[in-house]
Amino acid sequence: MKIHVYPYNDFVIPFLIGCVLLFTICIFKYIKWIRRFSDEQRDVIRHNWFSWKIIPAVWEMIREGLFHVRILKKNILLGIMHQAYALGWFLLIVVGAIESRDAFHSLQREQNIATVYELEKQNGWYVRTTGEEKNPEYLNQRRYKVETEGGIARIEYKRPFYVGIFYRYFVHKAPASFRQHKLYSNLMDALLLYVFLGLTMAIVKIFWSKILGMRRTTRHTLVDRFSKFSLWMIFPLRLLAESVTACLYGNGGFLTQAVGNMFDPMIVRGLETSLWMFYSLMLGVFFVTMPFTRYMHIFTELLLIYFRKIGVKEGMQRSGYTYFELNACSRCGVCISGCPMDRVLENHEIQSVYLIRSLRNQEHGSRIKLIADNCLMCDRCTVDCPVGIDLGSLRRMTRDKGELDTTGNYRYLDKKQIPFNAIGRVVYFGGCMSHLTPGITESMERIFNAAGQRFWYMDKQSTICCGRPLQQQGFLRQAAELRQKNTDMIVKSGATMLVTSCPICYQSFMKEYSLDIPVMHHTEYIDMLIKQGRIKVRHDDRRVSYHDPCELGRGCGIYEEPREVLNAVTNLQKTRFQREKSVCCGFNLGNTKLSIEEQTAIRNASLENLTSKPVDAIVTACPMCKKAFLHATNDYPVRDIAEVVAENLIN
Amino acid sequence: MIEFGFALKQTRSEDLDKTSLERFHRLLELTPSFKRCFQCGNCSATCTARQFTDFSIRRVHTSFRRGEYDGLAEELRKCMLCGKCTLVCPRGVNLRSLIINMREILDEPQKTGKR
Repeated sequence: MKIHVYPYNDFVIPFLIGCVLLFTICIFKYIKWIRRFSDEQRDVIRHNWFSWKIIPAVWEMIREGLFHVRILKKNILLGIMHQAYALGWFLLIVVGAIESRDAFHSLQREQNIATVYELEKQNGWYVRTTGEEKNPEYLNQRRYKVETEGGIARIEYKRPFYVGIFYRYFVHKAPASFRQHKLYSNLMDALLLYVFLGLTMAIVKIFWSKILGMRRTTRHTLVDRFSKFSLWMIFPLRLLAESVTACLYGNGGFLTQAVGNMFDPMIVRGLETSLWMFYSLMLGVFFVTMPFTRYMHIFTELLLIYFRKIGVKEGMQRSGYTYFELNACSRCGVCISGCPMDRVLENHEIQSVYLIRSLRNQEHGSRIKLIADNCLMCDRCTVDCPVGIDLGSLRRMTRDKGELDTTGNYRYLDKKQIPFNAIGRVVYFGGCMSHLTPGITESMERIFNAAGQRFWYMDKQSTICCGRPLQQQGFLRQAAELRQKNTDMIVKSGATMLVTSCPICYQSFMKEYSLDIPVMHHTEYIDMLIKQGRIKVRHDDRRVSYHDPCELGRGCGIYEEPREVLNAVTNLQKTRFQREKSVCCGFNLGNTKLSIEEQTAIRNASLENLTSKPVDAIVTACPMCKKAFLHATNDYPVRDIAEVVAENLIN
Repeated sequence: MIEFGFALKQTRSEDLDKTSLERFHRLLELTPSFKRCFQCGNCSATCTARQFTDFSIRRVHTSFRRGEYDGLAEELRKCMLCGKCTLVCPRGVNLRSLIINMREILDEPQKTGKR
């Protein structure tokens, strides 16, 4: 014969409704997206979903989902803010669950027999027994399910999952054998204080975002603001509710008890359940709005990390993975601060956060086109994004030209011939842009000759474009045609290595082509030649600053090789914005919307960074950047790395 | 044979009775920098495609300006969008934007036809 005792009060209903809706909607959405994965992505998941790869996946989930290490590295205060929300709230839930489990074990140990005299039934539940429980004040409100009609019965304390959330209300007095209760209540208060630390910083961020390392914050929609308000209200309401309970029953920790002692028990007695009701209501409101607002990122980010870590990649077309990426964006606005369009041109409309929001809200037509097209594709936001969303690919995907993306009219390219047998040689691909700055290609020819390397200058007379400019503008089929032409030529030539002078072509050869031979940018190649001793260079006394081209640095991660080459031939000066933070020269091929004046403004900002310290020359590794800086200043000579090396060759 | 610009040709003055310049004006709205073009031909001179074939971007945008659209869409598909023309333009015309917008306008179903 048993009596099941359930802690229950009506105020848990909004919380429960919120939970049910949240998880139903999330699971529904996730299933929908998973079904949209492309065949390729499905294969990867099928192979890797339960392999050793989940170990790094779980590690990154903990590191980024809870501790937010990437944001911490960016700005410690901003990191603490995000960490306090994520880790603080997570621990409140976990520690609350452990606390309630321990308390109920003690409760069960202490008393398990009750004499039931009389039962009163309402709505199918027994709401009150008159009987003997040793310490009826342990549990504040309860309902019973009884398998006996009277007499002596065993009590079994049931612990529904919500008890951990509303623990202080349900367990007014800790059972005597639950000795750690003081420790737990203080720990819970400390965690609440930790969350409040984050909340305070969030409020500071509204008025003074600069001290959190953000030049500008995201403009949120009304729905997002409403959801944020409910999130912000949860914790003060929890503090208030727990304090009032502590005031009445003295079960609080250092914080809630201190606040509770300030209240008059006579006055607050009537408020107790109302406050707990508000707390539960706010939780419910937040949970219901979560799948439709930026807070969808909370669970989606973890899944995105999982999929990414087991090897799923973004494709050319929108797929299931794209939906996970779109929904993993928390609209934190970290992408805004670095964006040169925002910083220099004061364009606050087109940043990745707004692109993703428009895509999520399924906006169509001119607005989304304007956002998608007006971007330099410098990838600054991609390296800044703390969630690691492939923002460049998302934008490229949005630029898909639809019906306009037809095949090209490229029969004329068949005229291009392989002039001589290039078997075993290095193919040198200058790229279209290098033909406008022939100093680069001439220097490369000198370097090849100095190293005694036989090479085939593939586009000395005429270039077939690598296809990336078309790819960036959404003409995918035309781009694929050009890639095919170049691939055919390179494969037929029998060359053993491809060296290119243009980072745009380099990124295309690395990521969009599938060549079987190694591909190098000339900075890598020169670095290799110097290290192998195949060319000898002298060190001069010039001081130079180096501009990291977007496509080479952020695009392909080539930061070290150009620096090592420059250190070998000149004195490289550090600049304020370098490596990942380098400012685009403004002439990136990714943008077709900017006017020459706007491009010039960005270039000047980039130039200012390069010349902030006294230097004798500006060095870059991209014909496009070189062209951009070339006519901007008479004070500084602008050189490509190849030119600097060729000048310092010792024959 | 490659036609040089000074060969004797039939008069091709703009016939505004027959030609609507509506599309040209829309192009100017989309790429305002095209207003600055003084038709120097630098864009064609540097063109990557031009090294293989007699494709001339200057001829294309001049025809568009005159309202002669026949065959332009085909011609524009020869462009590789490499952007050399944009970089060399002495007037700062955003030719890549111009090319994409010309293609988009030519792709739209014609509403009124010739006036």
